[in-house]
Amino acid sequence: MAKRRERIDRPIKVLSEDIYALESVSRMIYVAAPSVFPILFLLLLPLFTPSLYMQRVLILTAVYALLALSWDFIAVATGLVSLGQALFFGVGAYSAAILNLHFGLPPMVTLVVSTLGGAAIATALVAPCLPLRGIYFAMTTLVYPLLLARAIEATAVLGGTDGLVGIASFPNVWVERYLVLVFVLGATFALRRLLRTDFGLVMRSISDNDQAVRASAINITVYKLIAVYLASALGCFAGAYFTHLYMFVGLSAFSLDLSILPIACAVIGGMGTLVGPVLGAFILVPLAEMVRDLGTLRIVFYSLLLVALVLFKPEGLMNFLHRKYQQIERWVQV
Amino acid sequence: MFEVTTDFLVVDELSKSFGGVKALDRLGFPVVQGEVLGIIGLNGSGKTTLVNVITGFIRPDSGHVRFRGKEITGLPPEKISGLGIARTFQTVRPFHHLPAFKNLIVPLYSSRIRSAAGGGRWGDRDAVALDLLEEVGFERDSAVPYKPAAALPHGYLRRLELARCLALRPEVIITDELFSGLSSSEVGSLMPLMERLRERGITLMMVEHRLRELFQLAGRVIVMEQGRKIAEGPPQAIVADKAVRETYLGAEL
Ligand SMILES: Nc1ncnc2c1ncn2[C@@H]1O[C@H](COP(=O)(O)OP(=O)(O)OP(=O)(O)O)[C@@H](O)[C@H]1O
Ligand SMILES: [Mg+2]
Repeated sequence: MAKRRERIDRPIKVLSEDIYALESVSRMIYVAAPSVFPILFLLLLPLFTPSLYMQRVLILTAVYALLALSWDFIAVATGLVSLGQALFFGVGAYSAAILNLHFGLPPMVTLVVSTLGGAAIATALVAPCLPLRGIYFAMTTLVYPLLLARAIEATAVLGGTDGLVGIASFPNVWVERYLVLVFVLGATFALRRLLRTDFGLVMRSISDNDQAVRASAINITVYKLIAVYLASALGCFAGAYFTHLYMFVGLSAFSLDLSILPIACAVIGGMGTLVGPVLGAFILVPLAEMVRDLGTLRIVFYSLLLVALVLFKPEGLMNFLHRKYQQIERWVQV
Repeated sequence: MFEVTTDFLVVDELSKSFGGVKALDRLGFPVVQGEVLGIIGLNGSGKTTLVNVITGFIRPDSGHVRFRGKEITGLPPEKISGLGIARTFQTVRPFHHLPAFKNLIVPLYSSRIRSAAGGGRWGDRDAVALDLLEEVGFERDSAVPYKPAAALPHGYLRRLELARCLALRPEVIITDELFSGLSSSEVGSLMPLMERLRERGITLMMVEHRLRELFQLAGRVIVMEQGRKIAEGPPQAIVADKAVRETYLGAEL
């Protein structure tokens, strides 16, 4: 006899969009748990990672999480696939270095200025590419970081191939550890919130059907610019943070890894969910670090994992977990 | 006979070629405020191109479009729809992932509507959207307005296209084969709505292949062939026109 799996939504009475009928404490926990536990876990994590190496892996993870979030936000809000997260990172990284070395601004100030100002520069660079579609946009964004790196190399400005050293570090180790984690949490929460407003709904509609949005008297270029600005602010923050963490900035700030790995994180975690790419970073980046000793073989390992996940859970982990959590599955006779 | 002088919406000597194909060939006519103007013609005669040029999706090679005496040729689509010239698409273009009523938040969020409504908070627009859907025939108390657009049958998607236009509080609605793919009874149920729009003073320009229904609505019909206007007149005159019968209507009437 044939059987089929039936999925039923768990019975939560929805009164309005975000007020739930909370009938009991257990139900309240059920609703709150998926966001509260990961947040607590993240915030406690630095307290239980004693070695400097582990701290650095955690920070690297958070930095990639920001880039993955940035990538995903551009995809959700504009429908464009960016291959140039390294542009944002590099612009932020070099801005922070210049502001600190040449203008003597302290790290907390350069962080703010290079996040907001760097994002403006990066957005101005990307703006001419915004009318492009699909592969053309992807290609131009891929080229930008390479171009800037080669320009710095060839002209030997900004330290050339040697990079810039002697940049101030963070005031203390706790600021250093928590700053980026809090920023990841805050940014994820804020962007999710934004996408739920009417403004965010218009953004999401652009990726669905830009022609229909234009026919609705809405200037999509403005929305795309805002989306790119927000996404590049995340990348610039990550870059500026990294500069102060290592007290150094070099051409590696434009490296291809910074553009590619975030996409892998987003694919594994679940594209379009914002939280998924962050989750993906927390799986992929530590894993990539663990197998670093394998040398070139790690690429093989790492690619196999990616292929496996894409093949077996193409929806991404986040959508998968969400479904498992929200629905009861049972087998029924057909 | 139809030298209507007006400065409402004027199409003037429009030409547009795609490679060697002349999609529009010095096409010109006025649209009178408040009328229902039908546009008919064989497949490939340039009807959609005309709609695209008027609404700013395609730039003409030459010629002009004027609205209320102002040149609008070459303005981007968002500007033209912002002036109150709304359109539907020949292939429906809903926002698939959004519930039907949330589709209307997009036009309601445009500055044309936001400035008219004096702001309006997040959430207020939902009520307006549900009213609009009811107006185009979504059953208010059913689940239909809340279903994702991707799950709606074709008939509802056509209505949703109309609702997206209405959300802009348009002066002109240009429909591109609104009735195609609908059953006779579905078209029948849309007719009273179209009548109501006309009574409200909205100018309608309807590109249609469904002649029987179009001829009930339209006061004037333009027949296109290879980007040119080959005939123009009230429906009865079009039906009687010998040239039109030969090239176009032949089998159908
Ligand atoms: N983007 C384009 N590129 C190339 N040729 C085009 C393009 N759009 C239209 N054409 C050509 O222009 C001519 C007019 O096309 P159009 O779509 O305007 O016709 P139509 O009257 O709307 O036809 P239908 O009734 O099939 O919708 C056709 O020959 C078509 O092949
Ligand atoms: Mg057409």
